[in-house]
Amino acid sequence: MKLTLKIWRQKNAQAKGKFETYTVEANEHMSFLEMLDVLNEELVNQKKEPVAFEHDCREGICGACSLVINGQPHGPMNGTTTCQVHMRHYKDGDTIVIEPYRAKAFPVMKDLVVDRSAFDRIIQAGGFISVNTGQAQDANAIPVDHDVASSAFDAATCIGCGACVAACPNASAMLFTSAKVAHLNMLPQGKVEAQQRVLNMVKQMDIEGFGRCSNITACEAECPKGISVTNIARMNREYLGASLGSEKTA
Amino acid sequence: MKLDGKVPPGPLAEKWTTYQSTVPLVAPNNKRRLEIIVVGSGLAGAAAAASLGELGYNVKCFTYHDSPRRAHSIAAQGGINAAKNYSNDGDSVYRLFYDTIKGGDYRSREANVHRLAEVSTNIIDQAVAQGVPFAREYGGLLENRSFGGVQVSRTFYAKGQTGQQLLIGAYQALSRQIARGSVEMYNRHEMMDIVTIDGKARGIIARNLVTGEIERHGAHAVLLCTGGYGNVFYLSTNAMNCNATAAWRAVRRGALMANPCFTQIHPTCIPQSGDYQSKLTLMSESLRNDGRVWVPKKKEDAKAIQEGRKKGTDIPEEDRDYFLERRYPAFGNLVPRDVASRAAKVACDEGLGVAPTGLAVFLDFSAAIERYGRSEAHLKGMHNADAATIRQLGEKVIEDKYGNLFEMYEKITGENPYKLPMKIYPAVHYTMGGVWVDYNLETNIPGLFVLGEANFSDHGANRLGASALMQGLADGYFVAPYTVGNFLSGEIRTPKIDPNAPEFMKTAEEVQERLSKLMNIKGNQSVESFHRRLGKIMWDHCGMARNAEDLQKGRQLIRELREEYYKDLFVPGDLNEFNPELEKAHRVADFLELGELMMLDAFNRNESCGGHFREEYQDEKGEAKRNDKDYAYVAAWEWTDTSKDPILHKEELVFENVELKTRSYE
Ligand SMILES: Cc1cc2nc3c(=O)[nH]c(=O)nc-3n(C[C@H](O)[C@H](O)[C@H](O)COP(=O)(O)OP(=O)(O)OC[C@H]3O[C@@H](n4cnc5c(N)ncnc54)[C@H](O)[C@@H]3O)c2cc1C
Ligand code: SF4
Ligand code: FES
Repeated sequence: MKLTLKIWRQKNAQAKGKFETYTVEANEHMSFLEMLDVLNEELVNQKKEPVAFEHDCREGICGACSLVINGQPHGPMNGTTTCQVHMRHYKDGDTIVIEPYRAKAFPVMKDLVVDRSAFDRIIQAGGFISVNTGQAQDANAIPVDHDVASSAFDAATCIGCGACVAACPNASAMLFTSAKVAHLNMLPQGKVEAQQRVLNMVKQMDIEGFGRCSNITACEAECPKGISVTNIARMNREYLGASLGSEKTA
Repeated sequence: MKLDGKVPPGPLAEKWTTYQSTVPLVAPNNKRRLEIIVVGSGLAGAAAAASLGELGYNVKCFTYHDSPRRAHSIAAQGGINAAKNYSNDGDSVYRLFYDTIKGGDYRSREANVHRLAEVSTNIIDQAVAQGVPFAREYGGLLENRSFGGVQVSRTFYAKGQTGQQLLIGAYQALSRQIARGSVEMYNRHEMMDIVTIDGKARGIIARNLVTGEIERHGAHAVLLCTGGYGNVFYLSTNAMNCNATAAWRAVRRGALMANPCFTQIHPTCIPQSGDYQSKLTLMSESLRNDGRVWVPKKKEDAKAIQEGRKKGTDIPEEDRDYFLERRYPAFGNLVPRDVASRAAKVACDEGLGVAPTGLAVFLDFSAAIERYGRSEAHLKGMHNADAATIRQLGEKVIEDKYGNLFEMYEKITGENPYKLPMKIYPAVHYTMGGVWVDYNLETNIPGLFVLGEANFSDHGANRLGASALMQGLADGYFVAPYTVGNFLSGEIRTPKIDPNAPEFMKTAEEVQERLSKLMNIKGNQSVESFHRRLGKIMWDHCGMARNAEDLQKGRQLIRELREEYYKDLFVPGDLNEFNPELEKAHRVADFLELGELMMLDAFNRNESCGGHFREEYQDEKGEAKRNDKDYAYVAAWEWTDTSKDPILHKEELVFENVELKTRSYE
């Protein structure tokens, strides 16, 4: 199949970017990123600079791939990262527009690559359980209810890709942050620091320049891992409780 | 050079505890003054950086990723072993030790493996305390499953995302130290070289991947936790950016490369479908708990399937060959990876493969779906359930266990594995070989440590499933904090390392020259095209079955390719900017040297053992023939010059606690 690609090109963080148009010959067995590999190899063969995009595992787990494809973060399919999109969902003659995530807290670094280090700083603010190596007791000492463990796991499957931010008109990071708060606060091991955790992480989220949440839920729709907005509601409750009910402040 | 493994004296089971209680310590006030560089933030690196930071050292951690959480460990699927014996099925530290030695075909160091088995239990405790959500039973306690090459259930798991959950645990511990200021994190920084001063490792040269700037960083000790080199084969299950540069650069500075030919070909991967492919996808070994591997008995059936005229489900039971169950009744589908991969290759070589390329076998869940369905129906008191209901109930159980893997398979192949058997084929997955280290995980360069997949230490000639996560975390959380401390206790008088020392300036200049050289070739071929050709040479000459003639030919081909590389490579863009092509070019240059050494190592080892199968050394049944008399040693290679042969150093392996036997899974 022959495709027309309109791709955002931007030399570096300071430069002004613009769309460039390319054509590429793909087949339906290729993945979306393999299709971009084909384009890039052609560009290199023509002594031109290939399109920079981030990727690593190509299995939907590392969270490195991003891209906004025809207006949708991670492309057209639900529950799928860009690296797992296959070309059998496109047809000959299609035009595909490929852009980087657009959010104040995720500045573009080059072409389709953005800086998502704000997420790391949110985790550093409280997304952990304070236990040093060697301090742990036997793993079976505290039984954890099967369903609690399983809900904590669901929240913990967030891959830190940032699609929730890219999907949100306010560029809010509530889904990402609330998934981590839910994962840790639900487990008995995480309860000790639960209040401090939610206060600190929300504070950091604001410092990074992410927007407010106005319950549009576009984040959930675009999240490749099916992280639920119920985590946001949960975090709001915990945040309120923590701000009112304790002497702790962020 | 005499290689000293520095194994402590005393009975095997007491070596590590004695070491821990007698190792010299570093006082807290001195820890604050000592600096440590950790390269890599996978399980090994993140665990080491976090633990050393907790102890009070000054740690700098480097990764080429945009965040430590993206390290390749994130992709591990199936699980992590530990000798907890929670299943009450006869497991113990000794049994885990024994299984690992035997699984590795008696080519690893006893003392290291025993220590690994000992600390395995602490890893699970630590992970649970960090909030890692492992699978649990309804009583709230941890659940286990089985992996290949063992007869107990000792594998802890979090659905098909065990690596992700463990790495997130380590990443969060690391993040906590970053927030405390004890670890300084350098994302998007690639280590380009090691700096040695007076024979000791004293720092690294790193390239800032955003600006292209070459930076010099000093430290009292350097830890490489940089993962495996499977991508030398171009196509592998490793993440796209995995590379050998850190390890290879250490070797170029005098460290030794041990057993580089020991690579693991994993039996259950999604078969290749086209030339444009740049990576292969693993289907976790855990699937062999419930999946049965088979090919048609008749060639005509195989042909019909290859040509799309028949499906797996069209072949009646009596015309299927469940070849693993037939050849290895004691372990059945759960034989170790090397054995399973070779058996699949034999079946396909006989023309019985089931993909259009002829290179695939079936992994079939229908029997398990039926079995689970019946048991669920029974539990629910449905005594007359029809076949469709049973199937449905069974599919639900399979979905709970492997849902994400089945989904991943369907996304890639477009086929529904609940209805049709999966098609799988072996692919390069893991490298047992790596930088030579002693019991302290220290190389022959004092102050240079290597942890995780990047070292050679624990898996011999074949790694058992769910043991790499265990090793990475053992090295990082529980071994390095003691052994690095041991080294640093002798460094408390060493002042801060000056990154402006002449050794740093010189090494930085060499890095700069290497990069300029690559940029200035200005030829006509892309890095990718060279890498693809290298991978093909490696797979064809140093893959699942090797022989002396092919290996020699392969070595020659790599030399020619390397020559062509330096004549006709084209790297677009500039030196001083974000330039992914330049990053790749530098990595592939190192692969082109390492690949040659792998051929030489495989040629030198005149025996078949574990993942290293030499066609000349097999018995009548096609099983590997090991040669303990001549090859029970670690082959540690010293690099001299690209134009000369590397020098072989041997560390003889001494087995005092296990008897060397022919590995049998029949
Ligand atoms: C698909 C897949 C599934 C697997 N499943 C399992 C499983 O179920 N159980 C199991 O036990 N094992 C499994 N393994 C193996 C296991 O995941 C790896 O062996 C292990 O995670 C390696 O960890 P590591 O910390 O040594 O290295 P990695 O996780 O590979 O980390 C390497 C780190 O080093 C950094 N790095 C490398 N070079 C440089 C450089 N030059 N400069 C700066 N940074 C650098 C990288 O950025 C990264 O942070 C699997 C492997 C694969 C491929
Ligand atoms: S919540 Fe979903 S979309 Fe947001 S970072 Fe996590 S996985 Fe990505
Ligand atoms: S490349 Fe890892 S999630 Fe897409």
